[in-house]
Amino acid sequence: MLTKKNKHIALKVKNLSIGYTSKKGQSIVASHLNMEIEKGAFVCLLGKNGIGKSTLLRTLSKIQPFIDGEITLNDIPLYDYSANELAQKISLVMTEKLPESNLTVFELIALGRQPYTNWIGKLSEKDIEKINLSMEQTHIEHLSNSKFYELSDGQLQRVLISRALAQDTDIIILDEPTAHLDVQHKMETFQLLKNLAEKLHKTILVSSHEIHQAIQSATELWLMTDEKLIVGKPQELIENGNIEKLFTSENIVFNKKNQQFILKNHETSVK
Amino acid sequence: MVWLFNISLGSVSIPNSEIFSILFQGESSKESWKTIILNYRIPKAITAILVGSGLSISGLLMQTLFRNPLAGPFVLGISSGASLGVALLILGSSLIGRISGLAFSNFGMAIAASLGAFLVLSAVLIAANKVRNTMSILIIGLMFGSITSAIISVLSYFSSAEQLQQFIFWGFGSLGNLSWNELKVFGLIFFVGISLLAFIIKPLNSLLLGENYAKSVGINIKFTRNITLIITSILTGVITAFSGPIAFVGLAVPHLTKLIFNTSNHKILIPSVAIVGAILMLVADTIAQLPTSEYTLPINAITSLFGAPIVIWLLVRKRKIY
Repeated sequence: MLTKKNKHIALKVKNLSIGYTSKKGQSIVASHLNMEIEKGAFVCLLGKNGIGKSTLLRTLSKIQPFIDGEITLNDIPLYDYSANELAQKISLVMTEKLPESNLTVFELIALGRQPYTNWIGKLSEKDIEKINLSMEQTHIEHLSNSKFYELSDGQLQRVLISRALAQDTDIIILDEPTAHLDVQHKMETFQLLKNLAEKLHKTILVSSHEIHQAIQSATELWLMTDEKLIVGKPQELIENGNIEKLFTSENIVFNKKNQQFILKNHETSVK
Repeated sequence: MVWLFNISLGSVSIPNSEIFSILFQGESSKESWKTIILNYRIPKAITAILVGSGLSISGLLMQTLFRNPLAGPFVLGISSGASLGVALLILGSSLIGRISGLAFSNFGMAIAASLGAFLVLSAVLIAANKVRNTMSILIIGLMFGSITSAIISVLSYFSSAEQLQQFIFWGFGSLGNLSWNELKVFGLIFFVGISLLAFIIKPLNSLLLGENYAKSVGINIKFTRNITLIITSILTGVITAFSGPIAFVGLAVPHLTKLIFNTSNHKILIPSVAIVGAILMLVADTIAQLPTSEYTLPINAITSLFGAPIVIWLLVRKRKIY
């Protein structure tokens, strides 16, 4: 019980409904969501395509309004923060393609400093320090002067994470950061995020389809299923079989030994 | 330099030494030369600078806001909106009767053009908010352009030859014809538009990452978008009103500048785009005066004749243009 008292809850969600409101009415993507994220946690959000992972992440970062419920950031309602205050608390890495431009890696990362700069966006010495530090932490110093469109997908993902770091927020939310990456870069990205949580005490919330990687690195998993959102530590969720609920297909099952989903008939042949 | 060269050319040839003495000592051996320089050529050169830099800045703003290299005041129907405003004023006056003497002054045209530009731009934007797809926005802009030209055709049909001629001459574009008084008003409105830029230099840079990233660093998208549109309609409106719809500068100059300076940072781009635009406009105006010493070609013909091949050349060279 003592350890619970010392917990610092960064983000708390109560009875949240998410979805889209239009003139024709509301289309609710998910409702009755209840969860909280401890500071320094590495939370991985898992769920099948179209279940509403991106909608949830966009709602939590105030890009998209919620329909009903409560979101609090450091015990203050999310909607009491001004845009600039919030920008100093939560930073994002999104899946959307960047529009074409001539930005260099340094300039792109420097945009993460916008919540702190003056009206014309002049970088102070402290800003430049933070930018350089975040490039070191993600090992991309050598790319500083490259144009961002020249980078590989793996490099670009590091640059975007670096930009979020430069924004100097407690919470970093990432939407499928490993989507276009090969196995090596996927592993490296998860390792990097794990380090950020452990060493820099960043609170990381990341959506992904990399179930194996998520079990290996995350401190907590959020399983988004058709009925509800299940929260728990990776090993607990494997033990109580909740992880099986991610997919509804009869043909795929979770293999505890490999910590992977596999085809059912394939499992029998392996045995 | 370009400015001096521009001033030295015109339908009456004046020796260079005389121009210098007029400019710096206010004296000349011929009183008529002094009048030509002070009341005709200098206002024209200043107009060229304002027009060139204003249109280029508008083009840059549109390209960043819509994240589309093809955007510009001309393509999105803003210029045709301004044309519609002026057409309603010049041609429509036959239908509703003469409103007042003010209507036909340059001021009346300026107001009409600004209103027209603002209306069409808002319409394009409302439509743009519904579709979100950038290609559709451009098509919607073109559609609004064709609606306005259709209305202009109908108006033209019911207009007298005299009114038509006045409108067509306005459509050629002209940097001359502005008195010092008109130039003062032009400059003042221009300055108001330019000073609003201070609000959006920083947000424009974060828009380079897309709207969601811009939001996530604390940018108010709606405010930024509205200010950008207001600046564009003020600049395009006032320029179109005083010098007619001038094509291609708004589209071509931002691309040229991005190629020369190889950056997307608006802190550098906005001033350089303004300078490149001003120089280009002075050169275009100089070319317009060169071929014959007695006639001045329509400035719109020159910008299109030279602007279009430059854009094509850039695309054919396959350099990435943003």
